[in-house]
Amino acid sequence: MNHLKIILSAMLVMLAGLASAQERPTIEIDIDGGVIEPIPVAVPDFIPETPGARRLAGDIAQVIMADLASTGLFREIPGTAFIGSVTNFNAQPVFSDWSVVNAQALVTGSVSTGAGGRLVVKFRLFDVFAQTPIGDGVQYVGTQESWRRMAHKVADTIYSRITGEAGYFDSRIAFVSETGPKNDRRKRLAVMDYDGANLQYLTDDNSIVLAPRFAPNTREVIYTSYESGLPQVFLLNVESGQRSQLLDDATNMATAPRFSPDGTKVVMSIIEGSNTDIYEVDLSTRTRTRLTNSGGIDTTPSYSPDGSQIVFASDRGGSQQLYVMPAGGGEARRISREGGSYGTPVWSPRGDMIAFTKIRRGRFHIGVMRVDGSRENLLTASFIDEAPTWSPNGRVLMFFRETAGASGAPQIYSVDLTGRNLRRVDTPSFASDPDWSGVLR
Amino acid sequence: MNLKKTGILLATLTFLGACEGTNIFGGGNAGQTPDRAIEESSLEYFNTQIGDTVLFVVNQNTLTDEAKAILDAQVAWLNRYPERMVVIEGHADERGTREYNVSLSNRRAVAVKLYLISQGLAENRITSVIPYGKERPLRACSTEVCWSENRRAVTVVAGGMGNV
Repeated sequence: MNHLKIILSAMLVMLAGLASAQERPTIEIDIDGGVIEPIPVAVPDFIPETPGARRLAGDIAQVIMADLASTGLFREIPGTAFIGSVTNFNAQPVFSDWSVVNAQALVTGSVSTGAGGRLVVKFRLFDVFAQTPIGDGVQYVGTQESWRRMAHKVADTIYSRITGEAGYFDSRIAFVSETGPKNDRRKRLAVMDYDGANLQYLTDDNSIVLAPRFAPNTREVIYTSYESGLPQVFLLNVESGQRSQLLDDATNMATAPRFSPDGTKVVMSIIEGSNTDIYEVDLSTRTRTRLTNSGGIDTTPSYSPDGSQIVFASDRGGSQQLYVMPAGGGEARRISREGGSYGTPVWSPRGDMIAFTKIRRGRFHIGVMRVDGSRENLLTASFIDEAPTWSPNGRVLMFFRETAGASGAPQIYSVDLTGRNLRRVDTPSFASDPDWSGVLR
Repeated sequence: MNLKKTGILLATLTFLGACEGTNIFGGGNAGQTPDRAIEESSLEYFNTQIGDTVLFVVNQNTLTDEAKAILDAQVAWLNRYPERMVVIEGHADERGTREYNVSLSNRRAVAVKLYLISQGLAENRITSVIPYGKERPLRACSTEVCWSENRRAVTVVAGGMGNV
């Protein structure tokens, strides 16, 4: 519960001693091209510098390795293959011990605990074959409770140094936890770390809840709940669990809320009569402004990262398609063009692409396209693949996949933009409607 | 007591038979021959003899002739028992995205609401319209047999005398 309260001072302390940073590392990965052969990495247990750090020294190394391996860009050299060990963080590694087991990158580190739950984690990254460090050593200071976050920070730095892209491991997922049979499903809001750890339930299972979305500060989620009987939009504080209805009008029906990139507004669908239109709600005044006025169903709006445009799904032209309009409303232009119907568009945090759900010939797909609708690329296919959400660096998508039949149920999956690295995200019960936070601060 | 249990069992069996698709647009359990006397003013009568459910074509909210016939009978019954209030639930099958299906199911429920009003039901008899999207399927299988019964609007009768 206190997970987010912990202040993690990610001090970037350049460690003195070894050679200075390489301008251009010799290990490089071209993410866009898709990696055929993942880079073999060795992450031996970190060195415990205090007796209290012994368990964490191994656990932190494991989390770092799991983060890197989950990208599909790196391959773990298992500890059982190691012939050497690292016993002194400040000594040059014996590179021949690592090249002989084919480790191309080597991560070494140390962990020490201090008074008041203090935790210090240091690491260095090496190019084994060039026998050089990649970047300087880095030291992170935090609390022992936040050890997983510190491990994710280390992995983010390693990922970033080798790929040239921002990391995304120190992030969280809001989602809907599901239990029970298909025709009597119970739903609860939950949040967890991106890798499934530190799961925390935010609501009980008495009401249907849909599609939570993080505020940019990750401290609040906005979602749809049927707790009044009608679908209405609620704001919930992740730390305190306090929640409030966004609009106090008791008869309003609203769905599909999402924050603006600056966190001052929410864009969502309001249902009036038989019509569904998109509105913007100012969070300080709670006043609403109508943005669309079509006879069709206009829903699932998502802002561009600069806040200037909104992509949404609408059936105004017959079938459900994707449209882009100015953030203040106005003329919308259709961008989807390849046939089939499209829903749940989400603008990439890099601004260059839009992810969506596509339904065609009875199959569901997760896909991406340029913001003008060109270069559509379908990454997945199944009975139901729905509701993509972007990793903070715009390189990976999570979504939910629901299996067919009376015992069918949803699970969260991730897939990278090449479509090759498809993985199930481990959750204790069925799970749907994921939303990936930004990198935590 | 035993007779009553048998009656429920028979009704259940008949209901399952109807799910084979013989009465696709006629709703779940309308038009059965009662195997015992059912009080006409009861909820059971409304749900089983009038029919509480109308069904829809994929992605549509148009009322079929069969659906209109059921809704006509609903209006006649509700006007005979003016203390009864109703809630209209809208539902969709699982072959659409979640939020879109909420809005689609709303269209279906509103189509029923507007039709009931057009046929003489007072608007204030309808307390609310609840769009459930694909959240509350009646049947769990993933074939057209189940999907066709999940694309539905249900007139839920509440309140009034003797809530039987």
